[in-house]
Order: sequence, then C-alpha cells, then structure tokens
Amino acid sequence: MQGAEILLQPGVMPRLLQGLWVTVWIAAVSVIASVPVGLLVGWLMTLKSRVVRVLMRIYLDFIRIMPQLALLFLAYYGFARWFDWNLDATGACVLVFILWGGAELGDLVRGALQSIPEIQSESAYVLGLSNWQGFVHVILPQALRRLLPASVNLATRIVKTTSLAVLLGVVEVIKVGQQIIDANRFQYPTGTLWIYGVIFFMYFIVCWPLSIVARRLEKRWAND
Amino acid sequence: MFDWSFVQRYAPFFVKGMEMTLFISVIGIVLALVVGLVCAGIELARVPVARQIVRVYIEISRNTPLLVQLYFLFFGLPKIGIVWSAETCAIVGLGFLGGSYMAEAMRAGLQAVPEVQRETAYVLGFTPMQSLTRVVLPQAVSGAIPGIVANVIFLFKESSVVSAIALADVMYMAKDLIGMYYSTYESLAMLVVSYLIVLLPISLIGTWLERRFDYARR
Repeated sequence: MQGAEILLQPGVMPRLLQGLWVTVWIAAVSVIASVPVGLLVGWLMTLKSRVVRVLMRIYLDFIRIMPQLALLFLAYYGFARWFDWNLDATGACVLVFILWGGAELGDLVRGALQSIPEIQSESAYVLGLSNWQGFVHVILPQALRRLLPASVNLATRIVKTTSLAVLLGVVEVIKVGQQIIDANRFQYPTGTLWIYGVIFFMYFIVCWPLSIVARRLEKRWAND
Repeated sequence: MFDWSFVQRYAPFFVKGMEMTLFISVIGIVLALVVGLVCAGIELARVPVARQIVRVYIEISRNTPLLVQLYFLFFGLPKIGIVWSAETCAIVGLGFLGGSYMAEAMRAGLQAVPEVQRETAYVLGFTPMQSLTRVVLPQAVSGAIPGIVANVIFLFKESSVVSAIALADVMYMAKDLIGMYYSTYESLAMLVVSYLIVLLPISLIGTWLERRFDYARR
C-alpha cells in the first residue's frame, strides 16, 4: 500500500474534488439542456410530415452511429474550420452532449408517446377534456412513467462520457489527477495507481446512485 | 477547399487505423461475451459468494467510464508490477466494461421467459435438459439478441477511446493528421466515413439478426 500517502498530501483531495465538480457541472448542464431538446425532437418524430421524420431519423442515426469521441472531434476541430466558430473545449463538450442527449432522449420520448394507445386521448376528449388537458392530465403522466427510468440511465451515460472531455484538454477530474501525478512523479512514484484509483471511485460514487434510482423507478412502475 | 489528393495519400492510414480498431474491438467484444455468459450463468444458477462478486463487478463496471478504466490499467497497474501492452489493456478494458452489459442483456433475455414455459415442457415429458435447450433457451436468445446487438455497437464505438493510451486507431490517425497538416476537412471526413463503413453494416446485420431470432413474430 506504499504511495497511498499522496492522497493525504495537502491540496490533493480538494483539487481532485474541484476537478470532479467541473465534471459534474458539464454533465449537469448537458443533462438539463438535453431535456427541452429531447422533448422537441421526440415531438417532431411523432409528426405526420415525412420530411421532418426523415430529417430527425438522419439526425438520430448519425449521432447514434458515431462514437462520442468522434463527435467531440467534429465539434472541436471541425466547427472552428467550417463555420469559423471557435468553441472552447468545454463549450464543444457541452454542445456535443446536448446534441447527443437530445437525440437519445428524443427517441425515448417518441417511444413513450407512441406506447400510449390512441384510445386514451380519444377517451379524454369524449369525457370533455380539451386537447391540452388530455395531454397534460392523461397522456403525460403515463408517458413519464415509461420515460423516466431510461432517462436517468441516459444521465448516467452522459456523466460517464464526460470523461472524454480530458482528451480535448478540459481541466476536469482526470486532467487534475494527471497534473498531481506529474507534480509528484519523483516524490511518490506509485502515486499514479492511487490517483487513478480515486478518480475511478469518484465516478462510481456519482453514477451508482443514479443507476439505483433508475432501477427503483423501473421496478415501481413496471406493472402499472 | 477539399483536397482530394490528400485523401488519396492518407486514406491508407485510416485503413491501418481501422484494422487496429477492428482488432481491439472484435477481441474485446468476444471477451465481453464470454465474461457476460459466465456472469449470467453464475447469477442464474445462484452460486453463493460468486453471485455477490458478480453483482459488485457489474455495478463497478457499469458505473465507471472506459477511459478511467484504461488509464488505471495502463498507467496505474505498472506501479505494482503488472505491466501490460497497450493492446492488452484495451482488450481487457473493453472486456471488463462490456462483460457487465452483456451479462445484463443475457439475464434479461432469460428472465423474460415465463416460468410456466419450463413447467409446461416438464409436464409434457421433457427432461430438465431438454426443456432448457428446446424450450427456454430459444426464447431467451430471441429476447437477448436486441440487447446484445446494441452492446456490440456500443463497445465498437467505445473502442474509439483506446487512442488515449497511444493505440493507433482511426481516432488517433485523425488527430495526428489534423495536428501535422492542419487538414481538418479531409481528416474528419475520412474519420466519419471510416466509422460509417464499418458501423452501418454492423447495425444492418444486427437488425437482420433481431428479425432472424424473433421466433414469436416470424
């Protein structure tokens, strides 16, 4: 267990936690901003218009088939060149995660909306609810139950994918870890193991509760 | 604007890169399938102790990013004397990450087969072995295939991360060429095309497999 003292060095844990905060912040902004995008995309996907549906299909399939790292490269290196739009690394990450999260969430929204039988909105209408009331009081509560567990899982995936930000040069938890490792290379040669171990554990601590929540929701609402 | 001669000159780089991507991901996926099968088997047979270990493994592997797993394997482990090549780390990493996803997909497939199916087979005079191979497994496979296909594509995409431990896959090539020649258009176009060429057929084969094994609807 030699080398573990590096974790007790003043400043090491606080700096790692600061790095984790950057990671969580990028993930949180992306997740929150994906929600309106996802709702919009999901709604567009259920429209009758063929043009809109084909466009959404291409958008979703492209985002799905490209590795997230490739998408990050496209946004970070590509946008600057193509549109003269110089996103910084954090901006590129957030943009890609929103586009990706929006696409995935959109598909979930579409699935949830389409899984509600037509007769539900018809019945609501017959019972005297307006279209909007029917949507809010009848369709939405049912759709949400199908939507939420998968969305929480998606949030976990976004948190995990935030780790790729380091490859564009964002100073988040992994980068901070690398800096600490490099600064202590001679004093604590085996520090690498411990620092990466702690980062590993940090991601686990952030993602695990989300996974548990997703599973609980899934179980509770499975048979309703 | 778009320099075709550059594409001609450096396309072979991407072919080489794709060979690396394919090499890592195919072996990694096979490893993930094996790990998944073993884990799903342990969970279903309710082997004591091993079952708890599998649960812990699945939680850890599903809730940590591949990049951190790779850094730990590649930079961390050598400090306690375990030195693996980058290729080995990448394959082990993919197997470690994918194993849990595969296990969950397989378990979900098996659990989706109602108990009454096995009981019915038993009543009809099947031996337990026969009822497993003739009645339960075919249905479990058809339930598990969509999840497994999704995981194969997911793992293939995740393999793009191995460029971070200096394996020369397509991501690495793209970044290298952008850095050396400032050839953003051409390199990114070749990167996108490389992934499309490989992943589109895989996803089509996946859809075909799902239909082929969808016994209920065929």
